[in-house]
Amino acid sequence: MSKTHVTTKVNGDEVEFLCDPRETLLDVLRDRLHLTGAKEGCGTGDCGACSVTVDGRLVCSCLMLGVEAEGKEIGTVEGIAEGETLHPLQQKFIEYAALQCGICTPGILVATKALLEKNPDPTESEVRYWLAGNLCRCTGYDKIIRAVMDTAAEMREAS
Amino acid sequence: MALDSSKTTGFKYVGTRPNRPDGLDKVTGRAKFGADAYAPGMLHAAIKRSPHAHARIIKIDTSKALAMEGVKAVVTRADFATGLEGEFGDILENVMAGEKALYDGHAVAAVAATSALIARDAIKAIEVDYEILPHVTDVDAAMQAGAPVIRAGAADASVPEGLHPNVVRYYESGHGDVEAGFAEADLVVEDHFVTEATHQGYIEPHACLGTLGSDGKGELWCCTQGHWYVQKVCAACLGLETSQLRVTASEIGGGFGGKTTVFIEPVALALSRKANRPVKLVMTRSEVFRASGPTSSTSMDVKIGMKKDGTITAAQGTFRLQGGAFPGAPCEMTAMCAFAPYDLKHVHQVGYDVMSNRPKQAAYRAPGSPMAAFAVESVIDELCGQLGLDPIDTRLKNASREGTRASFGPTWPRIGLVETLEAVKAHPHYVAPLKKGQGRGISCGFWFNHGGETAVSLALSEDGSAQVAVGTPDIGGSRASMALMAAEVLGIPYEDIRVTIADTATLGYNEISHGSRVTYASGLATIKAAEDAVQKLCGRAAAKWGIPEDAVYWEDGYAKPSGPNAGDFEPLHIDEITATMGATGGPICGHFEATPEGAGVSFAAHIVDAEVDPDTGKTSVVRYTVVQDAGKAIHPTYVEGQFQGGAAQGIGWALNEEYIYGADGRLQNAGFLDYRIPVASDLPMIDTVIVEVPNPGHPFGVRGVGETSICPPLAAIANAVSNAVGVRMRQLPMRPSRVLEALESAADG
Repeated sequence: MSKTHVTTKVNGDEVEFLCDPRETLLDVLRDRLHLTGAKEGCGTGDCGACSVTVDGRLVCSCLMLGVEAEGKEIGTVEGIAEGETLHPLQQKFIEYAALQCGICTPGILVATKALLEKNPDPTESEVRYWLAGNLCRCTGYDKIIRAVMDTAAEMREAS
Repeated sequence: MALDSSKTTGFKYVGTRPNRPDGLDKVTGRAKFGADAYAPGMLHAAIKRSPHAHARIIKIDTSKALAMEGVKAVVTRADFATGLEGEFGDILENVMAGEKALYDGHAVAAVAATSALIARDAIKAIEVDYEILPHVTDVDAAMQAGAPVIRAGAADASVPEGLHPNVVRYYESGHGDVEAGFAEADLVVEDHFVTEATHQGYIEPHACLGTLGSDGKGELWCCTQGHWYVQKVCAACLGLETSQLRVTASEIGGGFGGKTTVFIEPVALALSRKANRPVKLVMTRSEVFRASGPTSSTSMDVKIGMKKDGTITAAQGTFRLQGGAFPGAPCEMTAMCAFAPYDLKHVHQVGYDVMSNRPKQAAYRAPGSPMAAFAVESVIDELCGQLGLDPIDTRLKNASREGTRASFGPTWPRIGLVETLEAVKAHPHYVAPLKKGQGRGISCGFWFNHGGETAVSLALSEDGSAQVAVGTPDIGGSRASMALMAAEVLGIPYEDIRVTIADTATLGYNEISHGSRVTYASGLATIKAAEDAVQKLCGRAAAKWGIPEDAVYWEDGYAKPSGPNAGDFEPLHIDEITATMGATGGPICGHFEATPEGAGVSFAAHIVDAEVDPDTGKTSVVRYTVVQDAGKAIHPTYVEGQFQGGAAQGIGWALNEEYIYGADGRLQNAGFLDYRIPVASDLPMIDTVIVEVPNPGHPFGVRGVGETSICPPLAAIANAVSNAVGVRMRQLPMRPSRVLEALESAADG
C-alpha cells in the first residue's frame, strides 16, 4: 500500500515521515519517530496512556491517524521538561511517589499539564474527573491527585 | 568477626522517603518498557487465536499467509519442542495449542512480517478447520456429571475417587471436631458465596523482542516479573540449553502476578529462529484479556458457629476454584488463608481446583486469599450483626497471635494481627458517624509472603560509591528500598548507590518478583551482600594497620580500630579504602546467594464506608482506611502505595470487574471500556496506617506488603454495602443491577 508524506511539528521540532494511512499517530510517534514515551495500553481510547496534545488539545494518539498530523503541533511527554529543568508536575510526581510502575505516568503528565493550563486552580473533584480517562492500576490515584493539587498550588504561588 | 547489621530501631536511612532512582526516567518518557525496544532488521509478529471455547484443530493452512509480500515466517505447534510434561508442558500447550483449542483466544499460529500491519493482515489469511466441541465455563457446571471433559487424565493423586475429571486437584486440612464445635455455638451461620474472574489489569500489555539463531543462542527482552523463569521456560519450549538464552527484563508496566508466567516469548523466539531476524511481539489489549491472566472464579460455602460472647466455636469452608483449561487454580491457598486470622479449636477447610474452557488462570496479588476472606468475613459480619457484637472486639477476641495453632497447621511465630486490629479500633474512621444510606464494613486479610531463590551482587567503585545488581524486576519502587538497605549497612548516602536489575547472564537464579518477596528476600540478600563487602573493607583496613581483622569494626562508612587498638589509628573512610583497592588485593565486591526462608506473614484490616444510591443501585466508596503490618517499612511512601493500590484493585473487584462469558463460551468484555477498572473519579483518598511488628526472619524486620492489601477489600466493601442496604451481599461484583435486586428483595421481604 502506498504511503503518505506528512509534515508536522513534534515538541516544537519540524519532522517529516511517510506512513501507511492505517497507522495511528501513536504508531508513528513510536515506530517512526522513536518517541516511545507515549504508550499503547489499549488501542481503543480507554486508558489514556497514549495521551498527547494536538494544537494544544488533549487527545488519545491511538484514536488519531498519523496522516491527520499534517500541519499540526504535537506535544508529547518528551517535550514537557525544558532542558535539564523538569516541569513542576514531573518534580512533584517523583516527590509524591505518584507512580509505581510508571507506564501510565507519561499520559497522566500530558493530561494534567493540559488541565493546569486550562484551569490553574482545580478542585480535587475536577482533577479526578479530568483524569478519569487515564487509567492507573498501581496507585489507587491517591498520590497522583495529591501531587497534582500541590503542583497547582505551587504554580499559582509562583505566577 | 561475623558482621551482623540486624536491628529494628536506630536507622539512619531505612524508614526515610527519598526520591526513587528511576523517577527521572519515568517522568520524562525515557524509561524503556517491554514494547519500547527496537532492533536492526526487526520483524513484527502477530498471533492467530481460536474464536471457539473448545474445538479440535483439524487442519491449519498457512500457505496464503506465507505467500504474502513481507511475511517472513509462520509458526504453529510443530515448531516447538515435543515431549514436555507437567508445568512446562502446560505452559507450552497454553502458549500454542496442540490438538485442541481449549478456550476463546487460545493461540493456534503466529506470523512474523516486515510490519505490524502486514503481520495482522497475514493472520487473517491463515485458515484453520475446527471441529467444535461442547464447552463449559462455569465452575459449578464444570464439576457436574456430564460436563464436557476439558482434558482427560489431568487430575493428580490428591483428587478423591468419584469426582468429575475436571476436578484436577483437591486440598483438605484442619483440626478438632467441627461438628462438636457447631454444637457448642449459640448461633451458626452458613452461606454460599460466588465471585467472578477478574484480570490483573496491568496497563502495559505483554511485550517482547527476541532473537534466536540456528546455533541455539538467543537474546530476549521482555516485560516480566521473573526473567530467570522466562529463560527456563523458553529454553524448554524451544529445546535450548538454558544458559544459551540471555533474558533481560524491561521496565515493567504492572504485573500483580499476571507477569509471573510466559505467554508470548517462546513464540517470538520460534519466529526469530525461523526467519533468522529479531522479532517483536506485543499483545493487544483484547489479547491480554482473552489469553493472559485472569484470576479464578469461585463458588464457596462457609459455616461458622459463635457463642453470644463472640467466641468462634467452629469454622468450616468449601472453596471451588475455576482455573481455566489447565490445573493450577490456587485452591490450597484459598483454603489455607480462609480462617488464618483466627484462633480456632475446630476448623476444617476443603479446596477444589476445577478446569473449564477459559484462559489458564494466573496469579493475582495474594492468589486465592481475597475470595476466601470475602466468604469468611461476610459470615463473621453476619454473626456479629445478629448477636449485636462489635466487629473489631469480636475479631480481637478470636485473633491469631504468637503461639496460636494456625487453621492450616503450623504454630504462628511473632505476628501482628492484634496490633493491627487495635490500630483499627483506635482510628477515628472506626467511630466516625455515618450518613443515611451509608454502611460501614470491616474485614481482616492474610497472606503468607515468600522467600525464594535469591542472588545479589554489590560492587564498590574507586570513589566509594556502590553498584548493586539484583535479579528481581522492580515493580513498584524496590530499587529505592534496596538502595536504602545497602546505604544503612555501608554507611554511605542513599544517592551514592545505584541499583540495577541484572540480566540472566549476570547473577545466579532469582525467583520471580512474586509472593511479596522482593523487599524481604532481595532486601535480605542486599544487606548480606553489603555486609560481605564491609567485611572485606575491614580486612583491607586491618592489613594497612597491621592488626587482626576482627579488631576492626565498621561504623557510618568508616573502618575503625576496636578493642586494645581503639584510637591507635585514624578511622579510614570507605573512599580511602576503595581508592587504592587495586593495589591492596583487587576489586571489593560483596555477594549473597541463598533461599531465605524467614518470610514473615502479614495481616491487614480495612475499614470501608460505602454509600448506595437506592434509585440506581450504584455504590460509592466514600471513605477507606487500610491498616496493615509491614514488619518494617523501608520506604514508607512506597509501602503506603502498595496499601492504596491493593485497596483500589479490591474496590474494582468488589464493585465492577468481571469476566462475562456468552452462551457461546466467548469472552464478551475484552476491553477496558466494558471491563471497567476503577478510574480516578470512582475513588476517595485512601488512608493508610503502617503497623510495624518486626519479622524475626529479616535483619531489619521486613515483612512483604504487596499482596495482603488486596485480601480484605472484597469482604470489607461487601460488609459495608450489606450494612447499607440491609441485605447480605453474597455475590461479586456488586454491580448496580445486583444491588438493585438486593434492594427489591429487601422491600419484598
